[in-house]
Amino acid sequence: MPAPRKPDARAAALYGSAGADDVGMAARLVEFAEELRGEGLKVGTSELLDGFSALALVPWQEREQFRVALSATLAKSPEDRKIFDLVFDRFFFRAAEMAAVREGVKEEGGIDPDDAAHLDMDALRELIAQAMQDGDEGAMRDLARLAIAAFGRQGQGSGVIGVDVQRIRRALGLKSEPQPELPPEDPRHDGVPRDQLRAFEAMLRRELERGQIERQEQLPPARPLNEIDRALPSGPLQDLAAVHRVVAQLKRRLKTQGQEQRGSKRHAVVDVRSTMRASLQTGGVPVELKFRPKRPRRPEIYVLCDVSTSVTSASVFFLSVLHALHDSFRKMRSFVFIERISEVTDIFHKERDFKKVSEAIAKDSGVADISGYTDYGRVWNEFRTLVEDDLHPRATVIVLGDARTNGRDPKAEVFAQIAEKAGRTFWLNPEPQLYWNYGDSVISAYAAHCQAYECWTTQHLEDFVKALTKPTT
Amino acid sequence: MSVMPASVEEIAQGLRDTGYLPGESTSLVSYLAAQLGKPVLVEGPAGVGKTELAKALAKTLDRRLVRLQCYEGLDEAKALYEWNYRKQLLRIQAEADGAGWSEVQDDIFGEEFLLTRPLMDAISSEEPVVLLIDEIDKTDQEFEAMLLELLSDFQISIPELGTVTSTTHPVVLLTSNNSRELTEALKRRCLYLWLDYPSLEHELEIVKLHTPDLPDTVARKLVELVATIRDLDLKKPPSIAESIDWARALLLLGASDIDADVFRSTMSVIVKHRTDLDIVADRVGVKLQLAGGGSNGAGA
Repeated sequence: MPAPRKPDARAAALYGSAGADDVGMAARLVEFAEELRGEGLKVGTSELLDGFSALALVPWQEREQFRVALSATLAKSPEDRKIFDLVFDRFFFRAAEMAAVREGVKEEGGIDPDDAAHLDMDALRELIAQAMQDGDEGAMRDLARLAIAAFGRQGQGSGVIGVDVQRIRRALGLKSEPQPELPPEDPRHDGVPRDQLRAFEAMLRRELERGQIERQEQLPPARPLNEIDRALPSGPLQDLAAVHRVVAQLKRRLKTQGQEQRGSKRHAVVDVRSTMRASLQTGGVPVELKFRPKRPRRPEIYVLCDVSTSVTSASVFFLSVLHALHDSFRKMRSFVFIERISEVTDIFHKERDFKKVSEAIAKDSGVADISGYTDYGRVWNEFRTLVEDDLHPRATVIVLGDARTNGRDPKAEVFAQIAEKAGRTFWLNPEPQLYWNYGDSVISAYAAHCQAYECWTTQHLEDFVKALTKPTT
Repeated sequence: MSVMPASVEEIAQGLRDTGYLPGESTSLVSYLAAQLGKPVLVEGPAGVGKTELAKALAKTLDRRLVRLQCYEGLDEAKALYEWNYRKQLLRIQAEADGAGWSEVQDDIFGEEFLLTRPLMDAISSEEPVVLLIDEIDKTDQEFEAMLLELLSDFQISIPELGTVTSTTHPVVLLTSNNSRELTEALKRRCLYLWLDYPSLEHELEIVKLHTPDLPDTVARKLVELVATIRDLDLKKPPSIAESIDWARALLLLGASDIDADVFRSTMSVIVKHRTDLDIVADRVGVKLQLAGGGSNGAGA
C-alpha cells in the first residue's frame, strides 16, 4: 500500500522562504506550483505552461477567473481540486498579508474591539447562531472578530490558533446537534448547519492568523495541509454522505477493474464459438479473435469486526463498506466482537441506514458483556466453534481490529488454526503502522499467520478491496 | 462557417442562446479550449449536462458535432477506422485472374476501402468540428493510450496508409463519470472542468428557461425539493434533465402548487429506483404533508 502523501524536503525548504522578496508574477506562480507539489499534486512543467497560456487569455485581475483558469490547468481530479482550493486560499492569503506587512497596512473598519465590551457572551452566541442559520457571511465575519475580541478579554487565549478556535467555539456553545434544552425560538435549538459551523471556524482561524501577523509583523511558518483532511471519516457517524460517495465510487471501480492488467496476466482464452460467429462477416475467415471475458473472483467472506470503543467508528464504516459491496461477493457473513463474538449478518440485510445498524448492533448483539474490553483469545475460540465446519480453502477471513488485548492471552495458536483452514486471511488495523506492537498491541503475533494491512484512509481501503477481488490467475 | 469567440462573455452568451446556461467556470474553460486548442476533460456526477455542454458548444461555434460513445471493449476498429473486409474480398475475387498481386494489394488498401469511424471522421473533416468522446472512463486503458496521439497532435497513424493529420483544429471534449482513475498521461493533455449540481438560483434559471410558463412559486419549490432530494442518500440522485422533465410534467398537469398529493403522483419522474422511491416518499412526502396540513389548519 502506498504511504500517505507527505510534503517533501524541498517543499519544507520553500515554506521558510515563500514570499521573502519581491519577485514577478511568473516566479510567484512557480512558487505556487511548488507548493501544490508539496501537497502531493502532480503538477508537470507542461501543465504549468498551460496555466501561463490560459492566464494570457483571461482577465486574471479578477480573482475568480484567475482561480478557475489555474485550477483547470493544474488540478485535474475532484480530490486535487479540493487540495488546490485549500492551497490557493492559503498561498494568496499569505501573499496578501506579506504585502500588507511590508507596506505597513493595518486592517481598518469592521467592528471596534472596544465595542465588544458592551456585548455579553450570551447575546453574541445568539447573534452568531442566527447569522449562521441565515448564511450571512459578512455578519459571520464581523461576529468572528467580535468573538475573538470578547474571548481575548477573558484571558483564555493560548496563543496556539487551533486551540483557540476550539475554545472559542466551545465558549459560544455552537454544536451541530440539536439542543432541545434551549427555547425553540433560539436558532441553536435545532442545531447549527454543519457547513456553516465549519465556515465559521475557518473565519475564526483566518481572523486569528491575521491578528497574529499584524501583531508580530511577520508571517508564521506555513504548515502543510492536515493529514486529517484525507483520512477516513472517524467521528461517530460523521459525514455519512462522504462515506457513501466513497463506497459508490469503490463499487463502480470494482466493476471495471480487472481489465487493467497487462503483461502475462493479461492473456485470455479464445472463445471459439463467438470467434466463429464473428467470422461470418468475413466469409468464414476468422479475421478477428474473440476472447472469453475474465470473471472477477467472488470470494466467500467472513468478516470479524472489533467494535470496542477504541475502534468503533472505523469498524462501522468498514462493515458498511463491505455490505455495500455485497454483490461483489458470493457469500458474506459478518461478526462483531468485543469480549465475545456475535453474528450480525441479518442486521445488515434488514437495515440500510447506518445509524440504525449501529444502534441495532449496540442493542441486540450482546457483545459488550461485563468488562467491555476486547478478549481476542476468547473470540478466536468462539469463532472457531461457530464456523469450523463451514471454513474451506476458498473462504476468506478478514479481521478488523487494533489487536490490543488489554493484557489478556492472545491465543495466536487458535488464530493460526483458523487461518490454516481458510484460504486467505487478512488483518486490517485501523492504527497507523507506527503504533503497531506498542503497548498492549500484539499484531505481530497474528501477522505471522495472515496478511496485515494498516487501514486508516479511504485509499488504504480501496487498495485492500482491489487486492481482495483481484481475479485469480 | 465556424466562429471563434473573442471573449469569455461572448461564448457565455452564445451558450445561453442555445438554451444552455453555463456556470462561470464552464464558459471560461470552454473559451480556453477554443482558444488554446486543448481538449477538455469534463467530470461530474451523472446528469449535470456534460454531454449537453458539447452539443451547445457545437451550436455556439457553429460546428458539426462528432460523437463517440465509449463502452467496455470499445476498440480501434469501432473508434478510428476499419478496413472494409467484404469490399476487399469482392475486389480480389472480381479481378482474381487478370491483375497482378502487387496491383491488387495497392488497390485494396486505399481510402476507398476504409470505413471511417468517429475519430477518423473528426480528424479528416474539411470543416472544423466539435468532437465529443463520451464516458471515456468506460473504456480500457489501452484505448486511452491510443487516444494520446490524437489528443496532442490531432493525427492518426494507419500502418498501410500513413499518417492522417487534421487540417482543421477540432474542439475536443471528453466526459467521465469518474468511475475509474484516468491515466496521468491523458489528464496532462487536457484542461479539466468539474461540473457539479448547480446552485439553487442557477437551477431555477435553467428550469425557467425550459418551461417559461411554469409559475415562479412552483418552479422555486421544485428546485428546492430537488436539492433536498439530492442531499438524501439515494442510489441515483435526480439530474438536471429530470428536474426539467418534472417541471414539464407539472406544467402539463396544470399544477399550481406542489403539495403532498401532487408530489406523490409525479415523483416517479425524478426518482427511479424502488428503494429510492421509498426513502423519498418517507422523508420529503411526509414533510410536505405536514407543511400542507399546517397551512390548511391556519386557513380554517
